[in-house]
Amino acid sequence: MSIILQTDKLNKYFYEPEPFHVLTDISFTVDEGEFIALVGKSGSGKSTLLYLLSTLDTEYEGTLTIKNRLLTGLAQDHLAKFRNDHIGFVFQFHFLLPEFTALENVMMPALKQGKLKRNEIEEKAMEKLRQMQMHDFANKPSAKLSGGQQQRVAIARALINDPAIVMADEPTGNLDSANSEKVIEIFEDISKNNGKTIIMVTHDNDFARRANRIIELVDGKLVR
Amino acid sequence: MGFAVNFSIAKTHLLSRKKQSVVATLGVTFGIAMFILMISFMKGVNQFLQDTMLSSTPDIHIYNDVKTDYSFSVAGDYFKDSNASVIVYHPKPKQISLNIKNADAILADLKKDPVIGAVSPLLSTQVFYNYGPVQINGFIDGVHINEEARLYSLEDKMVQGTTQNLLTSSDGILMGSGLANKLNVTLGDLVSLTTPIGTTMRFRIVGIFAIGIGTLDNAKSYVNLSSVQQLLGQNSSYITDINIKLTNNDFSKPKAIAFYKKYGYKSDDWETANSSVMASNVIRDVLTYVVSITLLIVAGFGIYNIMNMTIANKMKDIAILKAQGFGRKDIVQIFLTQSIVIGTFGAITGIVLGFALSYSLSRVPFPASNNFISLKYFPVVFRASHYIFGVFFGILTTFVAGFMPSMRASRIDPVAILRG
Repeated sequence: MSIILQTDKLNKYFYEPEPFHVLTDISFTVDEGEFIALVGKSGSGKSTLLYLLSTLDTEYEGTLTIKNRLLTGLAQDHLAKFRNDHIGFVFQFHFLLPEFTALENVMMPALKQGKLKRNEIEEKAMEKLRQMQMHDFANKPSAKLSGGQQQRVAIARALINDPAIVMADEPTGNLDSANSEKVIEIFEDISKNNGKTIIMVTHDNDFARRANRIIELVDGKLVR
Repeated sequence: MGFAVNFSIAKTHLLSRKKQSVVATLGVTFGIAMFILMISFMKGVNQFLQDTMLSSTPDIHIYNDVKTDYSFSVAGDYFKDSNASVIVYHPKPKQISLNIKNADAILADLKKDPVIGAVSPLLSTQVFYNYGPVQINGFIDGVHINEEARLYSLEDKMVQGTTQNLLTSSDGILMGSGLANKLNVTLGDLVSLTTPIGTTMRFRIVGIFAIGIGTLDNAKSYVNLSSVQQLLGQNSSYITDINIKLTNNDFSKPKAIAFYKKYGYKSDDWETANSSVMASNVIRDVLTYVVSITLLIVAGFGIYNIMNMTIANKMKDIAILKAQGFGRKDIVQIFLTQSIVIGTFGAITGIVLGFALSYSLSRVPFPASNNFISLKYFPVVFRASHYIFGVFFGILTTFVAGFMPSMRASRIDPVAILRG
């Protein structure tokens, strides 16, 4: 197993409303194909850590390396390109673009990447939606889908560019238990069958136990 | 490829809020349309006034000006003392004749110049038109009527008779319409004139003209040059003025300067002679641009507002796009495209509407209270440059209005929004 993600002494401070040391000396590695659950109490800094790993938040100390590439200190536009190619996102509030159909939402990151032709992208997006059992809703405006359906579309979108890592921030936080179960099953599926590396923030211990490994934060320090 | 995605997002945004997009577009449309209408109308007015002015002003007027240089006096010679300073109160000009010497040679020389369209020698004098016991003050111009007619297109301004009538009668006179009204005379009537030097002569009216300028129509008459020379007791080469029409009146100023240097007589070009009219042209132009640009800026603020609102509503979407790998440049493109699309549509519909309005105005009859004004419809000009400027400025306005909100959108921190 090769190392896909490595952090070295990540430190993060909030300055508003008052100075606060959120993360202290976070160093860990993630192997390729691992399914990791990032857990901790509310305010422990687990979401903050995920946004550092995702390269969206660049104000930190320490270094972050993904796929042997040092990302600390890179320009915003390079990071945007890197995210587009290598990182898939799933958010708590599913966040689809409301004016577009489910299919268009899934296609968007691939269109941005511009590697494939439009019809190839469309085919690939349909295939991802089929994997999530959402292909029947492909041409529905995303605003008309239920919460669970939107989250499954969002996962399909996260996978469209075949990213190295899928990052999820409380993907079940806003769903009922049946839909939550379905989402976790999908994560297990893409971890086992597609070999995707997954880092999932969750506060649900039952779901966390279904991951390969649990990383726990307490008051901004790594304890497990 | 990148732009195609951004453009399709921009398009979807615009189409998903059609009402807002249409309102924003209409703002630009009306701004541009009013600009086109105003500038076409104002330029039309300027053109009309200039044409009217040129119908009574030659492009270049050469004449012998009264010298008012009194810096030299014979009194200084008389005292022969270089230390004495001599002051002469109320100097008067010496008696001089104000004719242009060597007129025939100058006329012949002028006619060789290729830029010159027409040259009309002129002898003008003040006269009294005798009307029973009343004398009406005015003046007559002695001209070669064919040359004069070419200068001012007099033929179009004849109310009665033709200019040719003057050639066939030795005592013919063409009279201004206002003057003919005052004297209560018509074609074929006789009128008697008295000059300042006391000579009197009778003329028969062979034509009546209306130039459209009251001070001329109420005071001016044309007779043959030889008649005036006879009236003033001068020889056949005695003239006081030369009026010139150029083939292109843009050359008036440099040509006037050249003629002054060449012949030594004062030469006025039409712009100098009518500087007040030219000044009012400039003022109308400035007014037009100020009002039009204000309209467009108001439209620009409308777009600025709408873009700001859109971006406030789209914060989440921007954060998602950024998380998916859309860079700052892409975000700017997405929102700036929306603004420019609004501007382009607005500008195109604006010039179409502007043309329609201008054309309609040019078909509205001008409410003329008297027949002095030779204007049938509202004066409107159609110039491609106005339309090009309108489109250019419309798009520029929306670009500027969209740029700041787009930059703001590109600076949105996705983490703050995604974390809720």
